Amino acid sequence: MSKRMDTGNSACALAVKAAKVDFIAAYPITPQTSISEKLADYAAAGELSGVYLPVESEHSVMSAVAAASAAGSRTFTATSSQGLLYMHEILHYASGGRLPIVMANVNRAVCAPWCLYADHQDSVSQRDTGWLQFHCASHQEIYDTIFLAYKVAEKVKIPAMINYDGFLLSHSMLSFETLEQDLVDQFLTPYRPDWKLHPQWGGTFGNVAAAAEYSAYRNTLAEDTLKAAAVIEEEARNYQKLTGRWHGGMIDVQGPEDADVFLMSMGSMAAEMELAAEALQAMGIKADNLKVRVYRPFPAEALRQALPAHAKLLVFDRNLAYGHEGGALLMEARSALYNRDETVKIAGISLGIGGIDLPASLLTEKALALLEGLK
Amino acid sequence: MNNLPINPLSCATEGAGGPTGTWRSHRPVIDPAKCTGCLLCWIWCPEGVIAKEDRSINYDYCKGCGLCAKECPAHAITMIKEADHE
Amino acid sequence: MSDTIKNVKLADMPAYELVKAGTGGCAGCPSPMGLRIVGKALGPNSIMVMTPSCAVASIGVMPKSCYDVPVLNVCFASAGASAAGISMSLDAQLKNGALSGEKPTVFTWVGDGGTYDIGFQGISAAAERNDDFIHFCYNNEAYSNTGVQRSGATPKYAVTTTTPAGKESQKKNVPLLMLEQRIAYVATASLAYPLDFYRKVQKAKSIQGFKYIELHAPCGPGWKFASSDTVELARLAVKSGAWLLWEGEHGKLTLNAPTKQLAEGKMPCAELEEYLKLQGRFAHIMKSTEKAAAIEAMKSEIRREMDFMLGREKL
Repeated sequence: MSKRMDTGNSACALAVKAAKVDFIAAYPITPQTSISEKLADYAAAGELSGVYLPVESEHSVMSAVAAASAAGSRTFTATSSQGLLYMHEILHYASGGRLPIVMANVNRAVCAPWCLYADHQDSVSQRDTGWLQFHCASHQEIYDTIFLAYKVAEKVKIPAMINYDGFLLSHSMLSFETLEQDLVDQFLTPYRPDWKLHPQWGGTFGNVAAAAEYSAYRNTLAEDTLKAAAVIEEEARNYQKLTGRWHGGMIDVQGPEDADVFLMSMGSMAAEMELAAEALQAMGIKADNLKVRVYRPFPAEALRQALPAHAKLLVFDRNLAYGHEGGALLMEARSALYNRDETVKIAGISLGIGGIDLPASLLTEKALALLEGLK
Repeated sequence: MNNLPINPLSCATEGAGGPTGTWRSHRPVIDPAKCTGCLLCWIWCPEGVIAKEDRSINYDYCKGCGLCAKECPAHAITMIKEADHE
Repeated sequence: MSDTIKNVKLADMPAYELVKAGTGGCAGCPSPMGLRIVGKALGPNSIMVMTPSCAVASIGVMPKSCYDVPVLNVCFASAGASAAGISMSLDAQLKNGALSGEKPTVFTWVGDGGTYDIGFQGISAAAERNDDFIHFCYNNEAYSNTGVQRSGATPKYAVTTTTPAGKESQKKNVPLLMLEQRIAYVATASLAYPLDFYRKVQKAKSIQGFKYIELHAPCGPGWKFASSDTVELARLAVKSGAWLLWEGEHGKLTLNAPTKQLAEGKMPCAELEEYLKLQGRFAHIMKSTEKAAAIEAMKSEIRREMDFMLGREKL
């Protein structure tokens, strides 16, 4: 276990190396590029247990990793923004194929107009592709979530996307601790699927299906995605037992026992929100930071358990739900809590679009305004 | 295939496209006296229903395309109307 | 016909069938015909990648498949990258002990749509990286699967549902582009010359790196000819010079028989009209007052290409 000062993308690449990934394909895009470069360096230096394929587009990236995953490899790639959008078709193929790919998506705004900075429009737009979606708020969380994502994805046979904010986390230098290789190996054993695309197993993968079989198949994926929530909670606890590290399960709430105001967000905003919650507490408001660690499956149950009756939930989205008030988290939080007996009050706002800075002072101000509106 | 996994898989099966022999209006019939065993019908049959060994035809799946009769250099294959055959 | 097959022994080809009888393909379909020969040349230790095409539409419905090798049935533009992914995954697993034995031959079976058009970027990139697999393009000169629309491989004048008055532009020449990417092995092939095709597939199997084989695949419903005439059309295409047989290794070109003899004038070309008149897609030309001019233009294009290839062979 060693402490180091490095970028979020370095934390990501170091964890991928430690996870003993068999196959990596990548295509550069800002702000993800340095992950691909670091992995290429590791491959060139012979430090990578697997192989590295530099392909010619993100569509080809996902086509290559999906195929390599079907062939039996533990696979990884990383992308951002337009790259993620370009993969969209194969994201559906990967989840439909039950291929446990892990991908880092360094969140960045989508065009037009062009913008290089962080918001969550890219990953939120992939909400219904059948991928698990994690969000990280720190370099340490990026590093640790790589292992968790592989563990869960390979267990439930659903691909996983690890999101973190471009530049804010990808390029900033912060301290984090790596893990001894034997601890990583204890948590994450080599990938040995029960079927491989290989003559020894045989089979035509992804054939045409009649409506009844297709619908049964896709419904199973939907059910298994919901069930993945329990697996994530369980494996996060297992990881904590092994390493002492905890970033939350589906969500993370750490504030005062008697909190009744909850500031809900995901990504780097959730780290800044800690300070906003403290500022509100100093004003006598019983506020808590509610970090969404997993966006898919949506942490509906965790949310219901975390919120007391008559709680006030303030939702901060770094995305826009065009044609609807606020952003995706607001919509989904309302939906998840609608049938509760308790009368949780919900308000929300979309902000930080295109990487606009979100200092704690601004978040505090917005939280107060939202609270005022709920009166 | 070994134990069936959750991935969307299909098994190699004869007649995956259905009982394609029912598509046929004419059936190829080989005259063994004329057949020289050149194997052109075997290699060109799109469905692979002509046996390499003895040129017997699997009528369950022969679609009756007539390619074998057209290409047979010995004119040993005749297309016969299904109704006439029965 | 006999001159196309003489001196060959079909008896040497294995009885192994990659395609199980009873596919959903049309009567006389060139795709399973070609795939059967591919299977005999490669054997069962192979992995096939397919993208949307007639070869996929005719596969049967889950849980049945007409193909007796592992198949990845992937998205349209994915063939090049997916085949590369499988091939490299196998390399890695054979190295780390997760798999043992001989590396299976990875190959794609993709139409001209998946090769010339929507999948071109991925194929070209795999060729440039020299990824270890064989790309097969079975070229039926249209998007037959979706009901015969034009493709980049549709020849000039041909009627498709999206060129109802006949195509106005010349087709692409992807095999030639592959030759100029100087890949490990590139070849064109014809169903009328099964042993030439078989030999080329075996040769491709023996070479490490990126290999490209394009099979001319006359399509009865697409070109509008009788189901019994698939091989006859393939043969006339070669004999008239409309389809050239050649192979290349790292940019070194060799013309194959009978294209070589036709190009050198040692053998007369079959009348192009014999080839065209069997195809409904050219019927509008054959009935037109501009018939003679159109045929002359096509012949001159054939002559130009033959001359070009004769010169290219000397490089």
